[in-house]
Amino acid sequence: MIVRIMGEGQVEVADSHFPELNKLDDELLAEMEGGDEDGFRRTLGALLDAVRRLGTPLPDDALEPSELILPAADAGLDEVREMLSDDGLIPG
Amino acid sequence: MSGVMKRMGMIFRAKANKALDRAEDPRETLDYSYQKQLELLQKVRRGVADVATSRKRLELQLNQLQGQSAKLEDQGRKALALGREDLAREALSRRASLQQQVSDLEVQHQTLQGEEEKLTLAAQRLQAKVDAFRTKKETIKATYTAAQAQTRIAESFSGISEEMSDVGLAIQRAEDKTAQLQARAGAIDELLASGALDDQSGLGSKDDIQAELDRLSGGTDVELELQRMKAELAGGPAAQQQAIEGGAQGNGQQPQAPHRFDKQ
Repeated sequence: MIVRIMGEGQVEVADSHFPELNKLDDELLAEMEGGDEDGFRRTLGALLDAVRRLGTPLPDDALEPSELILPAADAGLDEVREMLSDDGLIPG
Repeated sequence: MSGVMKRMGMIFRAKANKALDRAEDPRETLDYSYQKQLELLQKVRRGVADVATSRKRLELQLNQLQGQSAKLEDQGRKALALGREDLAREALSRRASLQQQVSDLEVQHQTLQGEEEKLTLAAQRLQAKVDAFRTKKETIKATYTAAQAQTRIAESFSGISEEMSDVGLAIQRAEDKTAQLQARAGAIDELLASGALDDQSGLGSKDDIQAELDRLSGGTDVELELQRMKAELAGGPAAQQQAIEGGAQGNGQQPQAPHRFDKQ
């Protein structure tokens, strides 16, 4: 499956790795909803590292839609919460 | 439970869908496609009218020739009564050559009549297809409008597009496109099979009789089409229905994709 890390690009991750990534992802969501800023930073870092470690980067000129999208490494908790509410990522 | 990755991906797709939907309203596309089908149907009907005109012209010619033939026969009889056998012979030989023309034209007339019936049948069948498309189109449009309204309600409650509504819109759009393409392909097949498309290109430069002769020499395609239509009739209306409704089934795959990133 193709995962985009915002600001970094796309990586292709084999489906077999998803149980591991999903665990971190669910943790991340729980921390975001619970407002746990420290936990959020830690889990986001771990999740991004795991995606980079398990995935193969796609060439820059590849034109593949991303099936999953991750916030940038320096994204704050509020920022991500903002992206997931309101108007979403593309205005309008 | 859906994680951050999936939700962000969903929002991206939802927004992309919206951008697409703004650019191209499927309902307008459907209406446009329907218009195109009507134009194609018009062309076939014009083809039928052209054949009918040629047939009538042949009938007039036949009448004329038969009148001349009768006149020559009369003249021959009179010449014979006056003891001018040479004149009678001349009249009868002219009549014989006229009779040859008459029988040639009669054969042409018969073939033309058959051709006209086939074209009329093709036009009727196309008409039925266009009617079916119109019904389907109105259904799809109504469904689309309802889906849109649902999305708006969901948006006003939650502030973001509900995932399912947007997936529904994507399916709808794909379904519209498929139905449209299939209908277009069906109509074009129909026209090619009936020979009406060839007619259009031929009529400008050739005279009617030549166009008819061309059409006659292409008669095998029409025969094949007729065979196909007969087989279809024997197979019941199911086969015809499928051409239009294939769109709904063909897109059964579409909703699968989003589920792939569902989590347990």
